[in-house]
Amino acid sequence: MFDDISALNLARAQFAFTVSFHFIFPAFSIGLASYLAVLEALWLRTKNEVYLNLFKYWLKIFALAFAMGVVSGITMSYQFGTNWSVFSDKAGPIIGPLMAYEVMTAFFLEAGFLGVMLFGMNRVGPKLHFVATLAVAVGTFISAFWILSANSWMQTPQGFTMNAAGQFAPADWLAIIFNPSFPYRLVHTVLGAYLTTALVVGAVGAWHLLKDRTNPGARVMFNMAMGLVAVAAPIQIFAGDMHGLNTLEHQPAKVMAMEGHYQSHPDGAPLILFGIPDQKAGEVRAQIAIPKASSLILKHDPNAPLAGLDTVPREDWPSVPVVFWSFRIMVGLGMLMLALGAFSVLARVRRGLYDWPLLHRFALVMGPAGFVAVLAGWVTTEVGRQPFTVYGLLRTAHSAAPLDAPAVAASLLAFVIVYFVVFSAGTGYILKLMSHAPHAGEPGLEQGPDHPVRTAGITPAPGIQHASEGDAS
Amino acid sequence: MSLALDLPTIWACIIAFAVFAYVVMDGFDLGIGILFPTFKPGRERDSAMNSVAPVWDGNETWLVLGGGGLMAAFPLAYAIILPALYAPIIIMLLALIFRGVAFEFRWRDPDHRAFWDVAFTGGSIIGTLAQGITLGALLQGVAVDGRQYGGGWWDWLTPFSLLTGVSLVVGYAFLGATWLVMKTEGDMQAHVRRLAGWLGAGTVGLIGVVSAVTPFLKGAYYENWFAWPNVLLTAQVPLLVLIGTVLFFRSLRRGHERWPFLLALGLFGLSFIGLGISMFPYVVPGAVTIWQAAAPDSSLIFMLVGAVVLVPIILAYTGYAYWVFRGKVGQEGYH
Repeated sequence: MFDDISALNLARAQFAFTVSFHFIFPAFSIGLASYLAVLEALWLRTKNEVYLNLFKYWLKIFALAFAMGVVSGITMSYQFGTNWSVFSDKAGPIIGPLMAYEVMTAFFLEAGFLGVMLFGMNRVGPKLHFVATLAVAVGTFISAFWILSANSWMQTPQGFTMNAAGQFAPADWLAIIFNPSFPYRLVHTVLGAYLTTALVVGAVGAWHLLKDRTNPGARVMFNMAMGLVAVAAPIQIFAGDMHGLNTLEHQPAKVMAMEGHYQSHPDGAPLILFGIPDQKAGEVRAQIAIPKASSLILKHDPNAPLAGLDTVPREDWPSVPVVFWSFRIMVGLGMLMLALGAFSVLARVRRGLYDWPLLHRFALVMGPAGFVAVLAGWVTTEVGRQPFTVYGLLRTAHSAAPLDAPAVAASLLAFVIVYFVVFSAGTGYILKLMSHAPHAGEPGLEQGPDHPVRTAGITPAPGIQHASEGDAS
Repeated sequence: MSLALDLPTIWACIIAFAVFAYVVMDGFDLGIGILFPTFKPGRERDSAMNSVAPVWDGNETWLVLGGGGLMAAFPLAYAIILPALYAPIIIMLLALIFRGVAFEFRWRDPDHRAFWDVAFTGGSIIGTLAQGITLGALLQGVAVDGRQYGGGWWDWLTPFSLLTGVSLVVGYAFLGATWLVMKTEGDMQAHVRRLAGWLGAGTVGLIGVVSAVTPFLKGAYYENWFAWPNVLLTAQVPLLVLIGTVLFFRSLRRGHERWPFLLALGLFGLSFIGLGISMFPYVVPGAVTIWQAAAPDSSLIFMLVGAVVLVPIILAYTGYAYWVFRGKVGQEGYH
């Protein structure tokens, strides 16, 4: 019995570890692909060299992030079978086709045009190259669409019947794809990816502005990034609130855990700002709370009754300490993003966007905030739907593959070692690329001093050559 | 053995196609990784790497379609096979991580290029070995208990699975060498042409050994191959392998550049057809047929609509991507 439990927990740890590492890269590359498409469109429209240089600057970073996303993503598609085989057997008829559509509509599109996007500028010309960039950007979005539909179906399942083999058999595909939590999760996740990218781009711009506030590339990227943060941060907070209300309707226990509501509150629930949840005792110790504010936020009525976890069987409780804190980390970072956006608007109005070192330092510190917030958000939603894989219907404990604990322990250890070696090296290379200031005549991937062969024999298309001469003079 | 075109049969064909597309396309990528140490550091290694840099990601995507498609169309088979082959599959995934990032990392870090070159080769060899072992372990049969895998954690490791593992390493190296015959010139081409000859002989020899052993594994393989009148059809496969082998060595000797690669693909195709003859209609040999493992019709129809529309489009733009980067690597004149 003890062995079973530890094999299960090891499998959960392995999935959590590999999926968290994986998601860092798409969270960045979804936004970055769109940013590259915007930069290339601006370059094609204005012929302003600064956009092309920025495009090439971020393209090198994108290539690294995308490669790491691909290799860590393949692991995920096989881990459903290796470690969660019972889940795969039962939910495969629904989750499988959604992922197959992701592969057929998104992965091939991204992978097929990535080569042209990275290395093909001189072979296909700027217009077709822009089509390739657009295809990659659209591909990242389509990918998010399908995988979030699959995840959302696990959170709010509908549109199925149970067949004789005990499988979830699809009955209504539209109901499955557009399940109740999907639209909210899609908007919230994609906005999160855009914000994550904007914060990274803003931090890189800020870093170079702190060193040289006249650098034209740094100015453009900082300007664009702060514009996006100022617009997207408030929308994201609104979208997150809507998502929360949707969760309250369909997964109330998750919201109880987020709020730290072990007890029911018949006449208005308090908003617990901070506290120490004690899962054993079923209470939040040392809490700082605003009376009735939780009911006001969730029900728009300070005296509305709110049920607590005391209405849920104890074996169906999610881990409140984890969800309570991950939710607060996410919301806290969201508020800081809102503050950064507001600060940048103030600087913009006062004509200090490129000249206020305090703003630049703030933006620099906020560089990794998107990644932390995105992961904290996923921890909230994934731990909050425990102890189920298919919410309310299939328990996590009944989803795992019949593996021995030593086998899973060995693979988990191997994943941890390999991921730390490979992805810390990759992150190091990305940071190295970011530490170089963007400059005129920025090398792309097919040219540059450290890869002579890629340049061999390939002369830049006349238009590009002309443009770079124009820039150099 | 009925060949009626029902949904599970159609899906078995689609997944077989995806796996085959993976084997030949990532096969030559991985083959280049396997042969990498035989190339001189600098220009030779760079051109070998560059000849696949724009397409490897698309090639590897077929592996995701093969795995994802298996989960979607035959969830029971996916749920039995993957835990049964836990160790080789995890090792393959880790190896492919090293191989994949090496494409980018070696350019970003000239000081540690030697390290990432070792990662590229090591990832390619170990990944291929694990794929070959996976195939062999599946062919020799896995223990099934109800709707789950019922065997032990080292069942996959046998002399036969090691044989298929080594065979695939030689076979992928063969594909890689013939690909480079097509993509390179001069000294390097002469070098890979010599390699292609040796590896071609090795591949055909190992195809022979694996084919000779397979019918005597437990399962219906002997029946599938030698029952009358099927044998009239199945006998064409070794015959065609023989013809393909003769044509291959002729084209290699005559200095053709494209034919060796195309004929190598042909030999892989024939081996794959042979594999299909061995396994059909089982997806877990001797235990679960494609009809027993199939997802409900509502899953198969929904995906089939997508596959019929999307797979031709995928093949079209994949073809376009190859066409953009056609010609000798690092050479002008193919615009």
